[in-house]
Amino acid sequence: MKIDAANLDFEQLNKALKNVQGDSIVDNCLGQRFIGVKRNSGKLTLNGTPGNALGAYLDGAVIEVFGNAQDAVGDTMNDGKIIIHGSAGDALGLAMRGGEIYVKENAGYRAGIHMKEYQEKKPVIVIGGSAGSFLGEYMAGGLIIVLGLGATKLPLKNFTGTGMHGGKMIVRTKQLPEGLPPQVSAAKASMADLQEILPYLTQFSALFTISLTPKKEDFFVLKPNAKNPYTKLYTEN
Amino acid sequence: MLKEGSVRIPSGCAISGIIDTSGARFSGEAIIKSISVMRERSNGLGGGFAAYGIYPEYKDYYALHIFFDSSAVRKACEEFLERHFDIINLSKIPTHTVKEITDAPRIWRYFVTPLPTKLAASGLCEREFTSKCVFRINTQITGAYVFSSGKNMGVFKGVGYPEDIGRYFGLQNYFGYAFTAHGRYPTNTPGWWGGAHPFALLDYTVVHNGEISSYDANRRAIEPYGYTCTLQTDTEVITYIIDYLHRKKGLLMEEIASVIAAPFWETIARFNTSVQEKYEYLRTVFAGQLITGPFSIIAGFEGGLMALNDRLKLRSMVVAEKGTKTYIASEEAAIRMVEPDVENVFAPDGGEPIIVRLRGEAHGN
Repeated sequence: MKIDAANLDFEQLNKALKNVQGDSIVDNCLGQRFIGVKRNSGKLTLNGTPGNALGAYLDGAVIEVFGNAQDAVGDTMNDGKIIIHGSAGDALGLAMRGGEIYVKENAGYRAGIHMKEYQEKKPVIVIGGSAGSFLGEYMAGGLIIVLGLGATKLPLKNFTGTGMHGGKMIVRTKQLPEGLPPQVSAAKASMADLQEILPYLTQFSALFTISLTPKKEDFFVLKPNAKNPYTKLYTEN
Repeated sequence: MLKEGSVRIPSGCAISGIIDTSGARFSGEAIIKSISVMRERSNGLGGGFAAYGIYPEYKDYYALHIFFDSSAVRKACEEFLERHFDIINLSKIPTHTVKEITDAPRIWRYFVTPLPTKLAASGLCEREFTSKCVFRINTQITGAYVFSSGKNMGVFKGVGYPEDIGRYFGLQNYFGYAFTAHGRYPTNTPGWWGGAHPFALLDYTVVHNGEISSYDANRRAIEPYGYTCTLQTDTEVITYIIDYLHRKKGLLMEEIASVIAAPFWETIARFNTSVQEKYEYLRTVFAGQLITGPFSIIAGFEGGLMALNDRLKLRSMVVAEKGTKTYIASEEAAIRMVEPDVENVFAPDGGEPIIVRLRGEAHGN
């Protein structure tokens, strides 16, 4: 099923998509919000610039965007996959709790803010280029991978992992990230870390036809640095 | 109806801006199309535009755009204007019937220049004289509100969705080198015509998405310098801060960005010592002008636009280019609506000003 979104507002487009079972292609997306919300099966191929909250609460469907995405992609996503052949705006994968997001280029501020994991549910975000400030802010679980492709310097900006208390960020960089908050520790990746990310790197390579030759020396791992790092953050207890 | 200041309503908003750095003038049609894409970001309680370079035939005169509640108020205000200015042209601002736009005030435009005798007697420079007169009208003539007061530029705004306000004023018939636009979703104050964005003083205009948390600290810091905040609207105080720092203190736009969206002390500590001193100086001397809380703004001034986010970047903003044009908007879609093949799309960092000037324009501003 093919839909031309050129003259559709977000309500009309999402109503049209609701009535379609199976795979769909949407052409001329331009700022329509909430595309693919809660979708649990099939594949949506989007051409253009979809609006905010793309794939919010996504529950198993696959969304592939040929273009850039805006803010809050995969908000509270539970399952499925979002693939962006371009860059993503701010708050990518906010409060995400399952599924995978692959971004070919860069992500804006606060990617992976408040991601979480529980038992078999473990969300993953792979950013091909660089991430904006506050990457993994309040991160409580899951995995964020930043590949820094095309980056001439550290592919992270300020305040990475502020308030982080769970999960893991793995960053491809030769230079130890500086200016991290005291609650976050950075260390060279281990073989086990590399094993953990390999399946996602293979996916990334296949999706965007970019060849990667990952070596563990190229990666740093960022984790919360103690069991309860916030014990004395606000009060003496 | 209760206006700004009498009632608090706990918003989103949309902003957009286009500038042609070659100075070539283009129709306001493009900015209407751009802002209309972000309709969901506003709620019909305010829309407006700033347009630069639209009055070349009157470029040496201040263009005062004024809302009047009644003809009687207009007469009183015109008497004031005649006492202080030489009025070389006055007319109703042309409007068109748009069914969504109702309850419009009387909207007039005056091209004026200060009376030489009055100006000499005041001992003020022309711009200070004119801005003082704007404040006198807005604070002392109840029912009259000057919402635009620069040269060769104008603000057009009102209650409604921005695309409807654009049609109401026939913005497509105005040709300028730069435009900004705003779709309002008021959070703290009710929507009335004066409260819509852009806010303006002389040629400075601001469109703003966000809700600053330093409003009252900023208000208290700016009022002793002759500004009266009449609307309890945060954007008003941002406009006055920019006017104060640029026109009165002579700061560069880049420096103004480092005052209102100053880097955190811990970020400054990581800078090279050579620039550290500058940032420390600006933060210390102009502490009262630091703006906190979420904002993304486009500030217009003669010959350019400045886009700026708060330092934590709690609002979105995208910048892109194509040929001699630079586009700024809350969402990329609003840019691609006007220019589908736009290039160099990027999102500026929090506190990182994007300043775009007409080519050949002196960098003194």
